[in-house]
Amino acid sequence: MSATMQEKGRMAQLVDWIDARFPMTRFMKEHASEYYAPKNFNFWYYFGSLALVVLVLQIVTGIFLTMNYKPSAADAFASVEYIMRDVEWGWLIRYMHSTGASAFFIVVYLHMFRGLMYGSYKNPRELVWIFGMLIYLCLMAEAFFGYLLPWGNMSYWGAQVIVSLFGAIPGIGESLVEWIRGDYYISDITLNRFFALHVIALPLALVFLVIAHIFALHEVGSNNPDGIEIKKLKGPDGHPVDGIPFHPYYTVKDLVGFIVFAMVFALVLFFAPEMGGYFLEHANFDPANPLQTPEHIAPVWYFTPFYAILRAVPNKLMGVALMGAAVVLFVFLPWLDRSKVKSIRYRGWLFRSFLGAFAVSFIALGYLGLMPATPTYTLAARFFGVIYFAFFLLMPWYTRIDQTKPVPERVTYHAH
Amino acid sequence: MTSEVGKSNEEGVDGGRRHFLLVATTVTGIAGAALTAVPFLASWKPSARAQALGAPVEQDISKLESGSMVKVNWRGQAIFIVRRSPEMMKQLEDPALADRLRDPKSEQSEQPKYAKNDTRALKPEYLVLVGVCTHLGCAPLGRFNPADAELGADWPGGFYCPCHGSKFDLAGRVFKDVPAPTNLKVPPYRFVTDGVVQIGVDAEVA
Repeated sequence: MSATMQEKGRMAQLVDWIDARFPMTRFMKEHASEYYAPKNFNFWYYFGSLALVVLVLQIVTGIFLTMNYKPSAADAFASVEYIMRDVEWGWLIRYMHSTGASAFFIVVYLHMFRGLMYGSYKNPRELVWIFGMLIYLCLMAEAFFGYLLPWGNMSYWGAQVIVSLFGAIPGIGESLVEWIRGDYYISDITLNRFFALHVIALPLALVFLVIAHIFALHEVGSNNPDGIEIKKLKGPDGHPVDGIPFHPYYTVKDLVGFIVFAMVFALVLFFAPEMGGYFLEHANFDPANPLQTPEHIAPVWYFTPFYAILRAVPNKLMGVALMGAAVVLFVFLPWLDRSKVKSIRYRGWLFRSFLGAFAVSFIALGYLGLMPATPTYTLAARFFGVIYFAFFLLMPWYTRIDQTKPVPERVTYHAH
Repeated sequence: MTSEVGKSNEEGVDGGRRHFLLVATTVTGIAGAALTAVPFLASWKPSARAQALGAPVEQDISKLESGSMVKVNWRGQAIFIVRRSPEMMKQLEDPALADRLRDPKSEQSEQPKYAKNDTRALKPEYLVLVGVCTHLGCAPLGRFNPADAELGADWPGGFYCPCHGSKFDLAGRVFKDVPAPTNLKVPPYRFVTDGVVQIGVDAEVA
């Protein structure tokens, strides 16, 4: 045996053995212990890691739900009730999954808003942003397919309304709808294929996109609340002077975020799993009935901003097109934003006002989408819809003329 | 052929032939992948069983009271059959009504030829409609009484969709300024006898 081999412990020898065959240590260094993240991350930087936590939660609880769930029109509703009543801890696993769905959208919306505030979509992070948007699209599809599975009456009519949206496409619409359903109405066949998409196709796509999102991020490096590129200023060791290794500094910080999140999550899970009809809608406690529409169809809260836009337009095709545009416009933000600075900290009052108005109209549309479509509410939805689109469409103008402040060399950081 | 050590790998390569093979292989590969996709995509179409279950249904309407409605399930959709009373027919003849409708002559709407008339029916007394809102597929409700408390004093009677507020008259024709783009669909139907209507088969009209 050589001298170096004798000096090393058994564990180190094992690591050497693996590293000669698989890039384990190199991978850990690249993505954790030697990934230098800006040292000025604030509260808003919790939500990325929390989204990852919720993804794992949804996959694990989902796997256990499939062990008792039956994807057929005859059995689905009863099998969910069976999970809730007869399977040991089945209620907990199911509520974790249903609460997890809403939690996923809460953390993702906050994560996206962080990106809007600090200009995280701007050059050189366009691909990080686009992969993120693809994750968001997959997440919406995943939530939509999953919502049909309990086969409650709201599941049924929600799917009916959303699938019908494709019918608005001129020419091929009707046959496209029939192709998606695989039947002349939402039936056992539709349920079975939505199950397949929900449990295998989309989760695979999601996991792949999350990996691409993180790889793209680690290639260019993280943005920060000051919107300063920390790679521009490196110390003698070759590492950014304003950067700290992700592990252990941010793994420990994110652990604190996770514990607080877990506390809030547990409160909802144990005391308000239906959230008064917002996380699980009351009409879904009736089995699906193709001949009886619920009194008032509203999607789950995370889709309602877009739903309000759809309803506000008196023309079907235009309504569908605008709803699609409301989602897709986010993709173009890196090119719509002409500002020299990234972070809201150094932008002027114009951008701040537009972003504020956008956030307010997003929430207002979300509220209106839950309400019945009375003339007053429809008028309000049109008003907030205009603000929503103005944020995107006027962006090239107001970001160019906005009075920005000079960006400092170093990040703002107060040592504790 | 023998290759000498140190000689470039590229030497003696027929570039044109290599390019042709590359293009031919790529094109063949893409065509193969596209053809392989066909069975998978086609497997999403309604299966033979789904098509068989979509067969026509019959409904006895001889005992249906004047002014009332019966719902029949055909292909998982509610089919509305309304026996229109003389008062209801009078509402339809009101000339002011046509101005409030988006498509009074059913030009843009879907119905069999024999139902493309003023009453949108084979026999004016019986209205047969697909009870699926043309907006986003909700089930409209029958609100046959004029001046309904919720729908206002000028409501002539008809159908109201609770999802997004679309309104239709007593022939299933859509009102202006509602989200639904066209009149309620009329399914293919025929009268087997005077008292039995069959949904899913077209009437033979001369």
